[in-house]
Parts: sequence; C-alpha cells; structure tokens
Amino acid sequence: MTIPLSYYLVLSGIVFLTGVIGVLLRRNIIIILLSVELMLNATNINFVAFSQYFHDVAGQVFVFFALTVAAAEVAVGLAIIVALYRAKSTINVDEFQLLKW
Amino acid sequence: MEQIFFFYFAFVIAATSVLVIAMRNPVYSALALLIMFFHVAGLYVTLHAEFLAAVQIIVYAGAILVLYLFVVMLLNLKQDDRYHRQWPMAAGVGMMLFVEAIILTGMKGWTAPLVPTGSETTVEEAGNTEVIGDVLYSTYLFPFEVASLILLVAMIGAIILAKKDLLEVHSNG
Repeated sequence: MTIPLSYYLVLSGIVFLTGVIGVLLRRNIIIILLSVELMLNATNINFVAFSQYFHDVAGQVFVFFALTVAAAEVAVGLAIIVALYRAKSTINVDEFQLLKW
Repeated sequence: MEQIFFFYFAFVIAATSVLVIAMRNPVYSALALLIMFFHVAGLYVTLHAEFLAAVQIIVYAGAILVLYLFVVMLLNLKQDDRYHRQWPMAAGVGMMLFVEAIILTGMKGWTAPLVPTGSETTVEEAGNTEVIGDVLYSTYLFPFEVASLILLVAMIGAIILAKKDLLEVHSNG
C-alpha cells in the first residue's frame, strides 16, 4: 500500500467541505440534498480508507449502514420536496418562511 | 501505478463535486454527481473493497440518482435558481474551514504511520464479500435489523408525505 492514509483524508475533507459550502450557498433545495449526498460520500471514503489501513472490515460494514441511511434520507427528503412543491409551487428555500421566527 | 490511479480518481472526484454545487441546472448537477459516484466506486476497488464498489454503483448511481432525476423532471423547474442570500456568511464559514484544513495539513507528523491492529478480521483473508457477510451477520446482526426497520419507516413516510389527498381518499372510501 503505497498511498498514505492522509491523502484519502485530504480528499474526503475536500469533498465534505464542498458539500458544506453547497448546503450553505445554494437556494435550490434539490442541490442542497445533493450536497448532503456529497458529505455522506466523503465519510464513506474515510471509512473505507481506515478499513483498509487497519485491516479491519468493520469500516466497510459501517459504509453499508451509511448507505442505508442515505437511501432513507433521499426517499423522505424527496417526498418532502414534492409535498412542498405542491403547497408553494417553488423549491427555492428562501420562500419557505413558515417556521421563521 | 497505484498513485496514478489514486490521483486520477481523486482529481475527478474533487472536480465533479465542485461541479455539483456550481451548476445552475439541477440535471447537470445530478449528472456530475453520477460521474463522482462511479469514481468513488473506482477508489473503493483500489482500496480492496470490491463489494462496496458494486453496492455503490447499484444503490447510489442506480437507485438514488434516478430518484433525484425523476423529481427534477417531475417538478418542471424554471431557471430562477441563484445563490443564497446569506452567501457572505457562507463564504466566511467556508473560508474558516479552508484555513483550518490548510493549518492541519501543514502540521508536523500527520503522515506518521499508525500501527495497524488487525485484531478482528483481516480484509485479505477470503473474498471481500464473504468477509463482509460474515461480520455483518454475526457481530453487526442487530444494527443490520435496525437498518431494515429504518428502510421500512422511510418507505412508509415517503408514501404518506407524497400522497396527495390521503384523508380525502379515506373518507370517500
């Protein structure tokens, strides 16, 4: 294994940072959910890299669970988006101010 | 050779993840994410996680992304998508995280090799799928069952949320 673990951590950090910036910056709620997917993938890269590094397969099992949660999150999130679009005819997050204090 | 593969995958992953949040059209964002998923799967193969690479392609690229594309096409979006009003704050937070990442990268001893424990199960012993299945159905049996419960709850919740007039249908029928 010639590639040090830190390279994977840096790559995962870059992807996670991109996801955070996407969540904070974009107004399209679909892009926000896609950014959450980016963050989940960054954690998955970390899990697999550590699993390879420590020769322990538990990291890959945890990626499995993260994948399950991601699938559930996408299903519920997209259902919420569809319901919101029916109610307000927009998916711009600035328009959803019902719970704003 | 391994380094060439790693840097190719890493470069494409980083570039496409930036494209995901930079594109104006959500369809293009989803397609950039598709390319990223494939390259993450390639990275898993270089890390000897072949089973996860297959699952990544099947679940992420095959199921999740198709769901996104369906919703994008269902909603018939107009091109009114601009950046968030709070973007100066977001830029500040992003800048802080970026500086922090640079400082952490510059710190000494961050490439020092840790000692691999290898106490539980080794990855290379048998086939990757066999080892994962073995651990999943013995050590992590209870979390596995809970995961199936999560999927069931998500399925029911998605149906209830997306259904139009659930109460009306019930009162009519």
